[in-house]
Amino acid sequence: MPADLRVYLDHAATTPMVPAAVEALIGALSPAGNSSSLHASGRRSKALLEDAREGLAAAVGAHPSEVVFTSGGTEADNLAIAGTYAARTREEPAARGIVTSSIEHHAVLEPTEALVAAGAHVIHAVADTDGIISADSIADALEVLRTRSVRPALVSVMWANNEIGTIQPVAAIADLAQENGAQVHSDAVQAVGRVPLSFRDSGLHLLSLSGHKLGGPMGVGALIVARDAVIEPVVHGGGHERGLRSGTVPVPLAAALAAAVSHAVSVRKEESSRLVALRDRLIEGLLGLDLDLTVGGAWTPGSAHDRLPGNVHIIVPGCDADSLLFLLDAAGIEASTGSACQAGVPGRSHVLDAIGVSTDQPVGAVRLTLGHTSTGDDVERAISAVRECVPRARAAAGVLA
Amino acid sequence: MSRLRVVAAMSGGVDSAVAAARMLDAGHEVVGVHLALSQNASRLRESARGCCTIEDAGDARRVADRLGIPFYVWDLADRFRRDVMDDFVAEYAAGRTPNPCLRCNEKIKFSALLDKAIALGFDAVATGHYAQIVEGPAGRELHRAVDTAKDQSYVLGVLTADQLARAFFPLGDTTKPQIRAEAAERGFSIARKPDSHDICFIPDGDTRGYLARRIGEAEGELVDASTGEVVGRHAGSYGFTVGQRRGLGLDRSGLDGEPRYVVGVEAADNRVLIGTADLLGVTEITGDQVRWCGPPPEGTVSVGAQIRAHGEEIPASAYLDTSAVGSAQGELRVSLARQVRGVAPGQSVVLYEGTRVVGSATIRETARRLVAE
Repeated sequence: MPADLRVYLDHAATTPMVPAAVEALIGALSPAGNSSSLHASGRRSKALLEDAREGLAAAVGAHPSEVVFTSGGTEADNLAIAGTYAARTREEPAARGIVTSSIEHHAVLEPTEALVAAGAHVIHAVADTDGIISADSIADALEVLRTRSVRPALVSVMWANNEIGTIQPVAAIADLAQENGAQVHSDAVQAVGRVPLSFRDSGLHLLSLSGHKLGGPMGVGALIVARDAVIEPVVHGGGHERGLRSGTVPVPLAAALAAAVSHAVSVRKEESSRLVALRDRLIEGLLGLDLDLTVGGAWTPGSAHDRLPGNVHIIVPGCDADSLLFLLDAAGIEASTGSACQAGVPGRSHVLDAIGVSTDQPVGAVRLTLGHTSTGDDVERAISAVRECVPRARAAAGVLA
Repeated sequence: MSRLRVVAAMSGGVDSAVAAARMLDAGHEVVGVHLALSQNASRLRESARGCCTIEDAGDARRVADRLGIPFYVWDLADRFRRDVMDDFVAEYAAGRTPNPCLRCNEKIKFSALLDKAIALGFDAVATGHYAQIVEGPAGRELHRAVDTAKDQSYVLGVLTADQLARAFFPLGDTTKPQIRAEAAERGFSIARKPDSHDICFIPDGDTRGYLARRIGEAEGELVDASTGEVVGRHAGSYGFTVGQRRGLGLDRSGLDGEPRYVVGVEAADNRVLIGTADLLGVTEITGDQVRWCGPPPEGTVSVGAQIRAHGEEIPASAYLDTSAVGSAQGELRVSLARQVRGVAPGQSVVLYEGTRVVGSATIRETARRLVAE
């Protein structure tokens, strides 16, 4: 099937670059100059980098000096977690507690898990069946640390879930974390450019974002680091980026990232309304198929308060996700489960486990995520493809039972 | 032939790669599918052995990229564990000698995979097995490959007519060296990848060690089959196969200097029977789990019988005893024209008529005609 006939509904995995980002990237590729050099070419490169920093900072409500460019969201999360843990335990040896949630991305779960060997106590705050981590749930996790006489070093809760699109009460969680003397981080990879967001007003010490999730290039992201954050570097070297992330910054990628974030934020309001309408039409269309489908995670029609504007997550009892995705792909609909793949096989979803979706029986989950290229026609085609594919995927599950 | 929708099972090896390419050349709509069969698919092995490492999946994917066909990994690890690995262990524990490749073809490639493919709208499954399918007067026939050294019709002898009707073996008319040359011509990076030989879920080749881990060690007696005398000890009867000579742990072959072999495994008593070569000869075979690759033969038929993969074919007569109790498909009785050594229960006997596979059965009992040949 020609690419232009396919319906791309996997914008949460990656979304096509926006023209402003492509332009910024290409414009910055050719000129020579290392932004650390003192000559004219170096100064020009440095100026481009600082333009990017200022642009990005303005778009997310941060101070330019708070922007630390990284290779992407995963590196930003790793720096936030490992860097904070190291700095906090150095400052206060009893501060070995990490509170995170049961529905975090692997880029948060794995680095926290890796710190257990270094003596960290990791507590996973529990999500409710709507996929929301309440401040109370964080309070419970902090209480567990207190009973172990462990001080909290860091609280890390995602802004919006990558799989089911649920939006977390970050401000309330940040307040609570601060009251308890913890540093607080949020993986906002899915949220930046999609929900109203100001780092300054968030109460966070640290916020991760990624370029390719919002119309920028792959291979670049940023960790926003409050000036009073307690953190030390993980990667050591020439002391770039406030000494927190050594290595020559890829200026063209940083410029393109800034352009993408600025663009996404500038069109966010109108784009959010447009996507919410498409999202609701898609969900209502799917639920109306009478195929026993349900929505994974909170969903309030017309609202982007509890669920990302472009996220549709459908739970399909009685079939395997890989059969369903295969059939959708063959029908030209590009979707995913949203959970991590291992060797090309969709893994069991820790997010669905966390929100209590029974996985004793085969339960297919399909995530259809809308973005800046999505149209009403895409939505209608997706609905009719799901109508065709679900019964067939269920038949395939039947023969393998 | 009309254009069919075909799943090409792609292991990441040379044969299945060329098979997929040939199906595409024949004008079919081909989708590459790699089967994830390992419980721990993310494990990387150093060699090209086995069939389900990340590296093998990656090799298969690169071939699919080159062919421009869609590629997916289907996770059949649970079915593989149940129908092949657990069956393998249970058979050994019961004193029999199973062939897991045959079981995998029967239960995984041409059942789980084929059934799933059909349910998803495909018409057939193509594999890189060396065997031929011939359109005969009574339907599709399974025949030996042109390359007799590589012929894999034995491990496909369990397929029924229905399964054969949905199978393609595009390599059967070509020799292995030609397939490698063709893979190189097609620009496949895996053209020189070594063949896999071992049981894929026992990558180190240590079957006895694998069984010991799964079943646990249980010391038992090595008994002289002629005298009933206990001549040694062993760590578990499952580690022994009829016809085996090495690894008996006997300090000497016997007073007569004759070599000793395993001549029987009595799993219920954890006893291994030892004897001289003349006790190994078998002429009569009774098999169950009978499969016919086409219409069942009537009466007694003259056939060639093959007892193991790449084993020789022995002239034989065979008939289906439908009066046998407790067996829906009946029992197959095979009389070999001459004695064959080392026929173990659990192995399959595959019957041929010329190059055509007639059918197969799993060997349950063996005996020797007392009449001199």
